[in-house]
Amino acid sequence: MSHPANAALFLKDQSRAKWHDETLWIVRQKRDLTIHQIPEWEQLRDLASQIKEHTLSKLDFYLEELERNATANGIKVHWAENAAEHNEIIGRIIDEKNCTAIVKSKSILTEECHLNPFLEAKGIEVVDTDLGERIIQFLKQPPSHIVMPAIHLKKSDISDIFHEKLQTEKGNIDPVYLTQAARLHLREKFLQAKVAITGVNFGVAETGEFVVCTNEGNADMGVHIADTHIACMGIEKLIPRRKDLGIFLRLLARSATGQSITNYNSHFRSPAPGKELHLILVNNGRTKQLGREKFRNSLKCIRCGACMNTCPIYRRSGGFSYGSTVPGPIGSILSPGIDLKKYSTLPFASTLCGSCSDVCPVKINIHEQLYEWRQEITKAQGTSAKGIAMKLANGLFQSPLAYRLSGKAMRASLKNLPNSVIYNPLNVWGKSRDLPPVPTETFKEWYKKNKK
Amino acid sequence: MQSNIPHIGLFIPCYIDQFYPNVAIATLELLEKLGCKVTYPLGQTCCGQPMANAGFEIETKGTTEKFIKDFAEFDYIVAPSGSCVLHIKEHQPHLKKLAKNQQYVQSKIFELSEFITDVLRIESIEGSFPHKIGFHSSCHGLRGLRLASDTERNDKEYNKVHQLMKELKGMEWVELTRKDECCGFGGTFSVTEEAVSVQMGKDRIADHMDKGVEIIVGGDMSCLMHMQGITIRDKENVQLMHFAEVLNQALS
Amino acid sequence: MSSKSSIISQIKKLNMEEKPLPEIPDFTIAEDLKSTFSESIAGNKGLVVPVSELEELITLSKFSKIFSSCPQFSHHCNCEVPPHPAGFADLDLAILEGQVAVAENGAIWLDESNLEMRAIPFITSHLVIVIKEENLVGNMHQAYDKIGLDHSGFGVFIAGPSKTADIEQSLVVGAHGAMSLRVVIV
Repeated sequence: MSHPANAALFLKDQSRAKWHDETLWIVRQKRDLTIHQIPEWEQLRDLASQIKEHTLSKLDFYLEELERNATANGIKVHWAENAAEHNEIIGRIIDEKNCTAIVKSKSILTEECHLNPFLEAKGIEVVDTDLGERIIQFLKQPPSHIVMPAIHLKKSDISDIFHEKLQTEKGNIDPVYLTQAARLHLREKFLQAKVAITGVNFGVAETGEFVVCTNEGNADMGVHIADTHIACMGIEKLIPRRKDLGIFLRLLARSATGQSITNYNSHFRSPAPGKELHLILVNNGRTKQLGREKFRNSLKCIRCGACMNTCPIYRRSGGFSYGSTVPGPIGSILSPGIDLKKYSTLPFASTLCGSCSDVCPVKINIHEQLYEWRQEITKAQGTSAKGIAMKLANGLFQSPLAYRLSGKAMRASLKNLPNSVIYNPLNVWGKSRDLPPVPTETFKEWYKKNKK
Repeated sequence: MQSNIPHIGLFIPCYIDQFYPNVAIATLELLEKLGCKVTYPLGQTCCGQPMANAGFEIETKGTTEKFIKDFAEFDYIVAPSGSCVLHIKEHQPHLKKLAKNQQYVQSKIFELSEFITDVLRIESIEGSFPHKIGFHSSCHGLRGLRLASDTERNDKEYNKVHQLMKELKGMEWVELTRKDECCGFGGTFSVTEEAVSVQMGKDRIADHMDKGVEIIVGGDMSCLMHMQGITIRDKENVQLMHFAEVLNQALS
Repeated sequence: MSSKSSIISQIKKLNMEEKPLPEIPDFTIAEDLKSTFSESIAGNKGLVVPVSELEELITLSKFSKIFSSCPQFSHHCNCEVPPHPAGFADLDLAILEGQVAVAENGAIWLDESNLEMRAIPFITSHLVIVIKEENLVGNMHQAYDKIGLDHSGFGVFIAGPSKTADIEQSLVVGAHGAMSLRVVIV
């Protein structure tokens, strides 16, 4: 799995790649428009960052507070050390309810844990109810973006799969028509489901409640009709006080899609009378990341996706090119912590432009962490002379910088060799770019002649 | 003995020394015209940025030591490059033995435009430059050194190079569609992720071309070298200049 | 060792230095709360309507099943809350009261004192929320101040009708929840 190879493939379809880039840039622009209407925007980011850093520094304290208060409210709290345990807990609850069909709203954590295939192997039908997620579920694809999972698909793609799965009119690409078909189809599923699974946007330690934000209302349709609500939460999704929600709810939707707030922000504190509410607190490597001082702050993430929308590389290579559950800039600083070797190309899939860090609502220093992961990766790959030579041979020597090392002779040869030799296919720089024109003397030479 | 005339150590990135000596000459002449004494330590080499960005920061101890030794004697160190200055300030490995000098060097190094506006306290440069220009905001200078406000943050708008150039007679500063998107150079990224790098470069150039830009002006020759490579290959009718060349030309 | 003990002890072992928790300051709010609220909710594809317009709409619409827990509109209510939410799957219109309304983003807070059944505002085809003008606040911080540490088992900020842009970024109003939201300010 290599990001560069996947990216090159993505760019082969020039018009589609341009459409993908333009589409995500528009989301970035919507975000820009709305944040400029909030004079205190940068202050909100500072506060959010401080609140998250404080919480992470006392995570054990707040997790126990959350459990205590949630339990007192009637919520059944479970702890899962890893993905397997998370899946088992859910499987057990569903079995206890004698349930064979469940609905699930968007939860990247459940993607991370590969919950769907686990449940399906047990013969349980899992229906992803977020429209974008249902579409990719039909297509058997993973999400390509954590907020807009089907952003890589065009109306025609969706029309085709809906025709196949929902018997919509062939060739009808009207979004209103297609959405209406999905509404009817999923309404049936909501009305039949006894168990509904959701993610968690924010867990509040002070009150033992958690918040789920959607635009579609699918999380609520699922949980209020079903008898059992299972909420899956990464342990880092915690905030200390209820009033902190004021900060985060002002930042989240604006950063994600440029809306002032999502249309539904549901606060769950107790199960409805006669029903059950479960909260699963999941580690799955988060304590390890917490222990990496240089990368600890990646856990501040509130999963808004703004970094993906702004990243010039993400926009031009697509979420799938990263090969990770969470793609893009934040994915590139989380994934190497999970598997350094598998995701070793991700921190290099960046020019370190810093745009991601400046749009991040919780001020994660993403581009600096990308730089730090590069140091870790080369360390792991060994810094033997051979290792360095390899890296140099692959990268540096193919760039114009190489000619500096060879000095005058090389520069002279550049002037005299025929283009076919200089621009041979092995020279990656020269594939689509000319080398810089060669001056008659270097600055050093000029300075010695004129200034010394 | 304190002198009123600041003694500048001129730091010229390796690729400017090799491929764009005119930018270095322009920087030198500009600083002298603005009243500075400038010395170019002849022994200087690479600052180590390409190695560090490729993941080998730890291997740059040698170049770092040399840099500190070459430049610790000056009042200020000035370079016509945001990315190299940022590297010196933030990504040099810490050398305990040279800690004091390293701290000094890191506090006294400036990119050219911020040196003129913040240290020399010059508002703008007078002169003539009757051309339609598009400004390329290089990322490290922009989001690293904060040489200008970026479109991501909700800050008061400012741009140090624009400030220096705004009084130039006849100059037209074009509004781009994507004001500060990255050009795609990124050091070794330009070859390890060649496809994306080139696409990003082409997109930047197209933004300038369809506004009728005559000259793309920037503060980092690495970006301009990458874009120039594309404009020459694609036979685009546009020039690329470092703002040092623009200001030096305008002042003559 | 239980997973809980394992996770807690892994965190404790890190011995992290505590970082400070900031206080949240006051921010400037809009001067005209009512018109700012109206703009915000319109931006979310909801709509503020006067009472007369709502009455007219209900008359013209021929909604067959209407639920209202708002005393001012009880004359429209022609059904009772069913024992199971599925009983409201064919609900055409729900008229509910909101407690706090936020001008900066059109969000309205309702909790179980306004919701006899949690599913009502989501399962209904059309939704009307009635709010008192004196309960308008400027921003979310003021909203949470007003709500306090209130003990309702469920509460929700509703800021518009259900919507999605998942099909090639085309905004479609009416995904899985209510297909419209009208707000009456009294």
